[in-house]
Amino acid sequence: MTWNSLADWWWPYVFILLGGWLPTDVWRFIGVFVGGRVREDSEALIAVRAVATSLVAGVIAQLILYPSGALAETSIVLRIGAAAAGFVAYLSLGRRVIISVIAGEAVLLCGLLLT
Amino acid sequence: MADSGLPSHHAEENLRTRLSWFLSGASLITSIPALILMTAHVGFAGFASENGVTLLQATFMVAVIWALPANIVLIGAIAGGYSLFGAAIAVGLSSIRLMPMVAAFVPEMRGSRTRKITLLFLSHFIAVTAWVVGMDRLKHVPRDMRTSYFAGLGITLTLTNTLVVAVVYVLSTDFPPLVFAALFFLTPMYFLTSLWGSARDRSVHVAMVSGLLLFPIIHSIAPAYDLLLTGVAGGIVTMAYVHLAKRSAAR
Repeated sequence: MTWNSLADWWWPYVFILLGGWLPTDVWRFIGVFVGGRVREDSEALIAVRAVATSLVAGVIAQLILYPSGALAETSIVLRIGAAAAGFVAYLSLGRRVIISVIAGEAVLLCGLLLT
Repeated sequence: MADSGLPSHHAEENLRTRLSWFLSGASLITSIPALILMTAHVGFAGFASENGVTLLQATFMVAVIWALPANIVLIGAIAGGYSLFGAAIAVGLSSIRLMPMVAAFVPEMRGSRTRKITLLFLSHFIAVTAWVVGMDRLKHVPRDMRTSYFAGLGITLTLTNTLVVAVVYVLSTDFPPLVFAALFFLTPMYFLTSLWGSARDRSVHVAMVSGLLLFPIIHSIAPAYDLLLTGVAGGIVTMAYVHLAKRSAAR
């Protein structure tokens, strides 16, 4: 059974529910049960939070190192440099997220316009 | 409650407080992270229409799946002619990461009397942006109002981005590649610093740095499971750090 198997109007919606919604929300629901068992300030919670944080950091690294779409055409050195510049600007200019975004984007766009 | 004289008055006041926290969460739709997420969905609408997914199907995907990577994987599977089972496996692998994220989020969000069904419903709205924003802001919200606050944030984010996809799809907005490159760079740049700023102890910083450094190594060894393994390996490094720090503090 593929996306094009049935011509009925409802088939793509069933495909989205079974192929997209179910395998996504099932993990969220399992997360609710796991999270319900860990007590706040327990070591287990620190561990779960560490795994989740490393995972999100992995997502960030993926978006910078192996992006898709228009960003994939740009140089990896430029992307890492722009991210590093944004982070340094964040740490040194009062820890405002918006400053890091502006600094990172400025470096990226300058690099793209100059090459 | 000891005061049983005016139960309806209390209930009404409680409802009003909840509504105001809900609206306060909803008002985050004008925050920087929410705007950045909308730009990411601008890109998604273009991706969907390029791959022959209709307007209604694309908006349905955003609302019921509510995880941008899972949506992109699903469209990739549709374009690649995957079977329903194959598509579900691919999407499931990309969504496993939501499990530890939700597990870490629930103890932050639940109040003293929050029902499980409420948490199950609200968990649907947890994705990376809502997670990062929630971990950052929930600690400033009274414990018993956190579910209302997150409902406002999560539901508004989901509905607004569903609308963004519909509008962009209809307008079939096309930007030069330079603009798309800049738009796609907003998300990692924002996550990088807001995740750093959301930490309340050093363990989160250790976890974050290990995740960033371990990901490229793990990606080159096991690209299919790179995110999951990064989470586990980063978690192990962090716990080793926590134990060492505790031991040296005890000495």
